[in-house]
Amino acid sequence: MLMQWDVLLALLIGSVGGVVIGAIPGVGPAVAIAILLPATFALPPLVGLVMLLGIYGSSMFGGALPAILINTPGTAVNALTTYDGYPMTRRGEALQALGLAYGASFFSGIVSILALVLLSPVLAKVAPMFGSKEIFLAALLGLVLVVIAHRGQTLAAGLLVGFGALLGTVGLEPLKYTQRFTFGQEWLASGFDLIVVVLGLFALSQAFFLLTEPESAPAVHKVSGSMASAMRKVLRYKRIAAAGTGFGVLMGMIPGVGEFTAQFLSYTYAQKTSKTPEDFGKGSPEGLVASEAANNAVPAAAMIPLLALGIPGEALTAMMLSVFYVHSVIPGPQLFQTQLDFVYALYSAMILLNVLVILFMLVASNLLLNVIRIPTRFLGMMILTLSFVGVYSLRNSVFDCAIAAGFGWLGLVLKRQNLPAVPIVLGLVLGGIMETKFRPAMARVREFPDFFDRPIAAFLGIAILCLVIGHCASLYRNRVAPSVS
Amino acid sequence: MRRGTVAAPGALLTAGCFVALSLTLLAFLPFQTHWAARTKLYLQPGFWPAVAIAAMVLFSAGHLLRTALCRPSPGTLRELGVWVRALEFVVWFLVYVLLVPLAGYLASTLAFSCALAWRAGYRTRTWMAIAALFGFAVVVVFKSILGVNIPAGQIYDLLPPGGFRSFVMTHL
Repeated sequence: MLMQWDVLLALLIGSVGGVVIGAIPGVGPAVAIAILLPATFALPPLVGLVMLLGIYGSSMFGGALPAILINTPGTAVNALTTYDGYPMTRRGEALQALGLAYGASFFSGIVSILALVLLSPVLAKVAPMFGSKEIFLAALLGLVLVVIAHRGQTLAAGLLVGFGALLGTVGLEPLKYTQRFTFGQEWLASGFDLIVVVLGLFALSQAFFLLTEPESAPAVHKVSGSMASAMRKVLRYKRIAAAGTGFGVLMGMIPGVGEFTAQFLSYTYAQKTSKTPEDFGKGSPEGLVASEAANNAVPAAAMIPLLALGIPGEALTAMMLSVFYVHSVIPGPQLFQTQLDFVYALYSAMILLNVLVILFMLVASNLLLNVIRIPTRFLGMMILTLSFVGVYSLRNSVFDCAIAAGFGWLGLVLKRQNLPAVPIVLGLVLGGIMETKFRPAMARVREFPDFFDRPIAAFLGIAILCLVIGHCASLYRNRVAPSVS
Repeated sequence: MRRGTVAAPGALLTAGCFVALSLTLLAFLPFQTHWAARTKLYLQPGFWPAVAIAAMVLFSAGHLLRTALCRPSPGTLRELGVWVRALEFVVWFLVYVLLVPLAGYLASTLAFSCALAWRAGYRTRTWMAIAALFGFAVVVVFKSILGVNIPAGQIYDLLPPGGFRSFVMTHL
């Protein structure tokens, strides 16, 4: 399945395109995936998924470039890379910083794919034990985690999760076939499409943001020297890279968590165990390796719950779920029984993607400097033009475009207020899963404890309780004894 | 945010709007959802929207309170001005959307990319050429090569029937 020209072309587009997209500050994989998603519906499932996964995984390689050279993260998850990457550039160590970032990303990308290969079948074997109660609780765990993960913005994240869950209920409901929150409008009868909401919140909002901000086009200097030698230096930081990868895999597997928590944990661990913790934030190679290893381990790991259970690990894999369903490839245990060749082709493609990306980065770093120079308002125009394709091609609906524009404006307001948009998407997806599973789960429940009468349900219930209590305790401790910075 | 933390400009306004939205949705709940007789609570069509709105009311109230305790920063009106200015580009986008079924994807995209580049301040011949080339490339990649589903414009009906008309309707 892998050695077909369209799959190989998708690999090339995904890897190179992902790096280019990641290198352009203000674009990011969410924008690109949201725009390309409807286009992939017409492609064979493996081709579409490989292209999207390539963009997702490769973008963080590209995002490290502006983060290190001009202190501007190419993608949001490269923000931590600026802490140590840019100071290294200012010391004249730009090549070393880039080499460490790419080397750490390659290492963690490959290891997390191996984790995907090993753990997905295991989780798929466990998946039949996941009934309605367990899936409901797993989705609830995801929502609790996404709220808690937004430290300092927990209340806003909770509000936006609720908003996303409400959006998922709009339209015709499947029990009594009544309308919910349509206000008598025909165009709301089919509800809010996930792709329309995502395109609005990520792509259109970014376009509006860039068009309303003052112009900027940063000056960038070329990097000279051997990138291959610089990449090999990551072997000096094996422990940090391995730990970062471990955090990335773990956080990627847990629904609702994602790259930011993985990076934070990895960076904190690296700093606490470093012989020179005072260097962190001032150009520490360990800090750079820790953040890059963690963020690049997440994409493949987020595919584990998606393939095994059909529960997306985070927002971008939630979008990819629709590619599966459009092509009648249903994630879950049966995927590993009836379409194992598809699964193995996906694994192989992801490994090949990482190899292609690293080969590209060996030669193309200076070429990529040109994309960093695209002026921001012109970039906004480009994103707006591309966003039309993504929305209109779904159902040729002007209403979809208007809804996307509305969410784009909302996304702009959230961006300017430094509030997260991801909880809306996860509320929409996981809230829908929760509603679907809650009814059959409750059919077998006479009293409240019956909901947790199976081991996995009990474990998930206890995990949710511990997380909520732990978070409240942490907030109370911070109020009683605020830390001195 | 702790007491003494500075809130972003417009933070209180945003928090207030979310509370207002949550309470409005709560008020509409009995009218916009159906509550069936002799049906268990968790099977009610209105149950899950009620749960979602309850979460919205609770968290938005908490968020408003927290924001109100922060030190306000000046510039709320300026921030509101940015939100209003962004609506101009919403209108640009909607005009483009309405134009495509009439003028066709190629002409509309070329006009949109060049006009918006002009509006954004890129007014030299070079930038106009780049914007036009970009618009052309988008149409070729998505409609001609990937075959994305964008119907032909009504303007193509003016062309004489034949191979050329079929070509432009299918690929441009």
